[in-house]
Amino acid sequence: MTKLLDIKGLTKRFGPITAVDDVSFSVDRGEVLGFLGPNGAGKSTTMKIVTGFLSPTEGSVEVCGHDVAREPMAIKRRIGYLPEGAPLYGDMTPMALLQFVCKLRRLSADDTRRGIEYAVEKLHISNVLYQPIETLSKGYKRRVGLAQAIVHDPEVLILDEPTDGLDPNQKHEVRELLTEMAGKKAVIISTHILEEVEAVCSRAIIIAKGKLVADQDPLTLQSRSRLHNAIGIRLPMAQVEACTAVLNGLEQVTAVQTSAQVRDTVELLAVSANGLEILDPVRAAIDAKGIHVNEIFVERGRLEDVFRDLTFEVEGLKARPIVGSEVGNA
Amino acid sequence: MHSIWIVSRRELSAYFTSPLAYIFIVIFLALAGGLTFFFGAWLDRGQADLQVFFIYHPYLYLFLIPAVGMRLWAEERKSGTIEFLLTLPVSTGQIVLGKFLAAWIFAGIALALTFPMWLTVNYLGAPDNGIILAAYIGSWLVAGGFLALSSCVSAMTKNQVVAFVLASAVCFVFMMSGVEIIQSFFRAWTPQVFVESVAELSFLTNFTEIARGVLDIRDIVFFLSVIGVALFVNTAIVEAKKGV
Repeated sequence: MTKLLDIKGLTKRFGPITAVDDVSFSVDRGEVLGFLGPNGAGKSTTMKIVTGFLSPTEGSVEVCGHDVAREPMAIKRRIGYLPEGAPLYGDMTPMALLQFVCKLRRLSADDTRRGIEYAVEKLHISNVLYQPIETLSKGYKRRVGLAQAIVHDPEVLILDEPTDGLDPNQKHEVRELLTEMAGKKAVIISTHILEEVEAVCSRAIIIAKGKLVADQDPLTLQSRSRLHNAIGIRLPMAQVEACTAVLNGLEQVTAVQTSAQVRDTVELLAVSANGLEILDPVRAAIDAKGIHVNEIFVERGRLEDVFRDLTFEVEGLKARPIVGSEVGNA
Repeated sequence: MHSIWIVSRRELSAYFTSPLAYIFIVIFLALAGGLTFFFGAWLDRGQADLQVFFIYHPYLYLFLIPAVGMRLWAEERKSGTIEFLLTLPVSTGQIVLGKFLAAWIFAGIALALTFPMWLTVNYLGAPDNGIILAAYIGSWLVAGGFLALSSCVSAMTKNQVVAFVLASAVCFVFMMSGVEIIQSFFRAWTPQVFVESVAELSFLTNFTEIARGVLDIRDIVFFLSVIGVALFVNTAIVEAKKGV
């Protein structure tokens, strides 16, 4: 695999504010990188620097071997970029906009035709091609923004909240498109939607207050959750007390929580000590006491929890208690 | 050069997709004509020339040109499209030039649409058409100077109204710097050399000669220099204000 994007020690200061603080990472061809972080963490600033819109205060950014400070044009030609909020010229039609972009990108007539055909088909915008962009719905605007980012078949695709404002079906389509294109390109998407990371990203980076706090694949990241390998048990209300006592008696279980209650069915969550697999001992203990349960499952961990834990610490807030109320043994 | 032209073409078509272009042209033509006939008493003068037509142009441009130039960058920054534009493979300088050229061509179109004045004067008498052509070129240069200043001011703000008011003020200072009020303001506290150089910067002083038909190369150089410097500053402002 080749490194298409290489960021080293990237720092950006706006006066006294440090928006991005010594961030380093690289993205290989074929990777889809999810860029996560609370609002104001520095995601968009990082993307603006990589795309050559802002210049870094310190550090270097290389795209396909070209340095962003020295060869901004070479970089801009290789990147497809959807800025946050997908700003576009409202007075233009999607067709005129795509042609404008192709001309500035110096595509040949053939590549222009092919590129526009591909983008229009993939993003389903053929029926609005000749309407002024300002009259389009938010979802269409976003898709036109995506179309202009992929029209030149870029090696590096940088998308700032690509699915924001799309309905669930459109989100699904954009995710499929990303997965489809991923093989040949390096893709970075920033998002607040964590399920999106699980669905399309091969790697996730979390930044908070400008600092990189995690850089792992989504599964490993999930396993950092305090609920990783916790055992979920759904059972009738009447059995809860007995079951809680059994679970609390196990040394592998550090805490038992009630995580949900629907009418008289309760969901208990037995948190695993050190995140080890505890399905067998839990099941054995429950069976031994003859407790009837409706359902039993292994929790893989919640990305949302990991995200919160990691970013809360950095943002100087107190770590949030894990889901649900603690039931003894806490 | 190619990129400059692509940016220009887009800008120019943006003018004509909004009502601004048509409103501007109608008002410009009505005012230019009205001033000539009523204030300039063009027909009563009994002279086959367009001097009274051209003499009012700088005053018209004073508020009409900032109206054309105010949106150039302020709108781009307000809507965020500046990020889209500046991350395409085109340099800031090329975009500044492209946008300016589009606005200047637009001003040129409005100016060219005053051709009935020229037809009329030729119908009524036998004017020196060389003088008229020189005056047209001069008028277009004044418009260019004001436009470059307006574009520069537009890059400083996200608010088009602020851009308009500020640009009008800046244009006023540049236009009137040869006039006694401004001169006496500077004379009180700056050396004579400075007062004289300020006077040299006056659009009015430089244009009056041209309007009479004396298209001196120095006047052309003057206006082109103002445009050049303003656009250079414009580029620097766009670069500096990107992250804000």
